[in-house]
Amino acid sequence: MAARAIRTAFSQINSVPKSHGQGVLPFLQERFLESQSCPSNTRQYSSAGSASIQKVTMIPGDGIGPEISQAVKDIFEAAGAPIIWEDVDVTPIKGPDGNFHLPQAIFDSMAETKMGLKGPLATPIGKGHKSLNLALRKAFSLYANVRPCKSIEGYKTPYDEVDLVTIRENTEGEYSGIEHTIVDGVVQSIKLITETASRRVAEYAFKFARDNNRSTVTAVHKANIMRMSDGLFLKCCREVASKNKDIKFTEHYLDTVCLNMVQDPTQFDVLVMPNLYGDILSDLCAGLIGGLGVTPSGNIGEDGAIFESVHGTAPDIAGQDKANPTALLLSAVMMLRHMQLGEYGDRIEKAALDTIREGEVLTGDLGGEATCSAFTKEICRRIQS
Amino acid sequence: MAALTRRLLCNTAWRQTVVPSLSSFGNRNYTINATEQQVLSCAKYGGRHCVTLMTGDGVGPEILTHVQEIFRYAGAPIDFETVEINSSTTDAAYLEAALLSVQRNGVALKGNIETKFDDAEFRSMNVALRSRLDLWSNIVWCRSFKGVNARYDDIDIVLIRENTEGEYSSLEHESVTGVVESLKIITAEKCERIARYAFDFAARNGRKKVTAIHKANIMKLADGLFLESCRKVSEDYADIKFSDMIIDNASMQMVSRPQQFDVLLMPNLYGNILSSIAAGLVGGAGLVPGMNVGAKYAVFESGTRNSGRSLKGKNIANPTGMLLASCDMLDYLGHHNVGALIRESVLDVIAQPQHQTPDMGGQATTTDVIQAIIDDIKPKTQTRLHSAE
Repeated sequence: MAARAIRTAFSQINSVPKSHGQGVLPFLQERFLESQSCPSNTRQYSSAGSASIQKVTMIPGDGIGPEISQAVKDIFEAAGAPIIWEDVDVTPIKGPDGNFHLPQAIFDSMAETKMGLKGPLATPIGKGHKSLNLALRKAFSLYANVRPCKSIEGYKTPYDEVDLVTIRENTEGEYSGIEHTIVDGVVQSIKLITETASRRVAEYAFKFARDNNRSTVTAVHKANIMRMSDGLFLKCCREVASKNKDIKFTEHYLDTVCLNMVQDPTQFDVLVMPNLYGDILSDLCAGLIGGLGVTPSGNIGEDGAIFESVHGTAPDIAGQDKANPTALLLSAVMMLRHMQLGEYGDRIEKAALDTIREGEVLTGDLGGEATCSAFTKEICRRIQS
Repeated sequence: MAALTRRLLCNTAWRQTVVPSLSSFGNRNYTINATEQQVLSCAKYGGRHCVTLMTGDGVGPEILTHVQEIFRYAGAPIDFETVEINSSTTDAAYLEAALLSVQRNGVALKGNIETKFDDAEFRSMNVALRSRLDLWSNIVWCRSFKGVNARYDDIDIVLIRENTEGEYSSLEHESVTGVVESLKIITAEKCERIARYAFDFAARNGRKKVTAIHKANIMKLADGLFLESCRKVSEDYADIKFSDMIIDNASMQMVSRPQQFDVLLMPNLYGNILSSIAAGLVGGAGLVPGMNVGAKYAVFESGTRNSGRSLKGKNIANPTGMLLASCDMLDYLGHHNVGALIRESVLDVIAQPQHQTPDMGGQATTTDVIQAIIDDIKPKTQTRLHSAE
C-alpha cells in the first residue's frame, strides 16, 4: 500500500519520462523495504501530491561512494527531510566518435531536478578520458565552488575556531586547458579571465555573504604580478562591492593571505578568488580543519547546483564499512540550506557534529573504531531523540 | 710600518679570539657561497666588499639603516652604495641606475618595492630587477626559531623556486573587451637549470629529499614539462630521494604536517604560495630571509617580500628577516666569521620574550631589538683593538 502511495505521489509531482520513472520506482521500493539500518519515518512519502517533496539527483560515485551515499540517505530519512533521491551512474560511455562522454541519463536527471549530490569519482586512466569532475562542471556551467571551512569540535587540529568560506571561480582562469608548445622545450599555458565570469562569481559571493550573515568579503589576487588579468577580476569585485555597501569588502595579495591564514585563520570570513588560487586556498583551509574527509563543498551553477564530497574514492577501504560519511553529509546539509530547507539541515548538522564532539562513536579516520553504519546509526538516533 | 704591523696584529688577534663555534652558525646548517663566476662579479676594494643597497618602500628604509648600524658594530667589511628606487621613482632612469649598480657590485641588499597595480603604466620593479639580472633561483629557508611562538617547532624546509618565468612572465593582452589572457611560459632550459640547482644544493648540504610541486594533472603541457625536467635531473642524483606532489595537496600537507618536507622545488607561483605558508608556520613575514641568485649576481631580501606598508614609521617592524638575509650575504661573500657572529646574536636576542616585536607576540620596538643585538655583539668584538690606538 505504501508502494502505491509512492507511485501516486510520483505521478502527480513528476514530469519524468517513462524510462526514468520505471528506473526510479523499483529503486524507491527497494530502498523503502531495505532501509533497516535506521527506523525510517515514511510519512513524508505518503503525503500524495505534496509539493514540498523535492527530487535530488544522487551520484553515488566509486569506491566508498555507494556506502557514504547510503549513509546520507538513511540520515535524511531519519530526519524526515522531504527529499526523493534519483541515483545516476556517471561512468563514461564511448560515443560514436570514439571519445568518452557522460551518459545522457545525468543530463536528463539534472535538467529536471537541478540539484545534485555527488560522491567521489575515479577518473579512469587511459586515452580519451577527460576528468569527470571537469566534465560535469562544464556541462552544467557550475561557475562558483563554495567551500565552508569550520572547525569541528571533537576533531582537534592545530588551528582553532576557523570559520571561513572560500568561493572560487570554477570555469576559467588557469584551468582553461589552453596550452601550446611554441617550439620544442617552450610551453605556454593561457590563463583566461573574463569580465562576465568574474562579475558572476563576485555577485554570488556577496549574495552568499548576505544570505548567511557573513560580514566581510575579501578578494584574493595577484594583481601586482598579473596586472591585467587579476586586475580585471579585482575591478569586477570592486564594482560589485560598490553595489553591496552593507557588506565590508577588502582585498589582499594571495601570499599575504596564505601567510596570515596559517598564523591566524580567524581573521578571514568570505574569500573570493579566481580558479587556481581558489583551488589552492580551499585545500589549504580544508587542511586547517582536518582534511578533505570532513570538508563539504558545493558547486553553484546558473541552472542548478551539485554538492559533493571532495575526498578520494579510497579504494583500499571500499566495501568494508569503514568509510566516514561526514564530508558528503555536510555537503548534503549545504544542499538543504541552498534548497531553503534549512531547518532539516540544521538538525542533521547538529546531530552529526554532536556525535563527533561526544567522541564515543567515531570512524577510523576521526580517531575512533566504529563502522560507517554504526556512526550513521548514532547520528540517526540523535536526530530522532 | 709600525701601523701596518699593528693592524696585522689586530686582525690576527681578532681572528684568533673570535672563532665561531659550530653552534654560532645559529641554527643554520649550510651556507651558500659565491661560485667562481659570481666572485668575479663582486666588487671588492681594499679588502672590503661594496654592496648595493636598495631601500624600497614601507619599512625597508628604516630596517636597512639598522642593518648598516649593526654591520658597523660587528666590523663587517662591507661598504654600502645606496641606490634610490621605490614606488615613486617611476622614471626608467632609476631602474637603469639600480641595475647598473648591481651589475657593478655583484651583490645587493633590497627592501621590497611596492607595485601600484591600479596604475596601468606601472611595471613591477621587483620583477624587472629579477628578470634583467637573471636571478633565476630564489631560496627561502624556513626553520623553526628557538623561543619564538609558532604552531610547530620542528620545521626545517628549504624552498627553491624558479624566479624568472612561469606566471611572472608579465605577458598579458586583452584579446576582446572584457576578456584577458595571461601567458604562463615554461621552458625546458630554465626548468632543468633550477632542478639542477636544487639537487646540487641538496647533495652539497646533506639534504635527503627533493619534492617537486606542480599541477600537471590540469596543466598537462606546462607543468608536465616542469615535472619531466625535474625527473630527468633526479636520475643524476641517485642518493637523493625525488618525489612530486600536486600544489593543492602540498598546501594541505604543509599546514597539517610540514615536517615531512625537506627541499621543495617549485615553479614561480607555487613557490610564492608555499614560501608564504612556510614562513607563516615558523613565525611570520618578519623572521624569514630570502635570497635571489643567478649566474653572476645575488640579491638578498626578506623571504616573503613584504614591504610592511602598514608598519611604516611606527618602529614596530621586525628586523630579523632582513638581518638574517644580510648574514646570508656575508656568507655568500666569504665573510663567514662576521656572518656567524651577527646571526648568533640575532637568534639569541629574539629568543628572549622581552625582545620580541608585536608580530611575534611581544611588546618590543624595533630599536629595542636592535639595541639588544648591538649589546650582544659588542663584547664579542671588543678584541678588535680600537683601544690599541
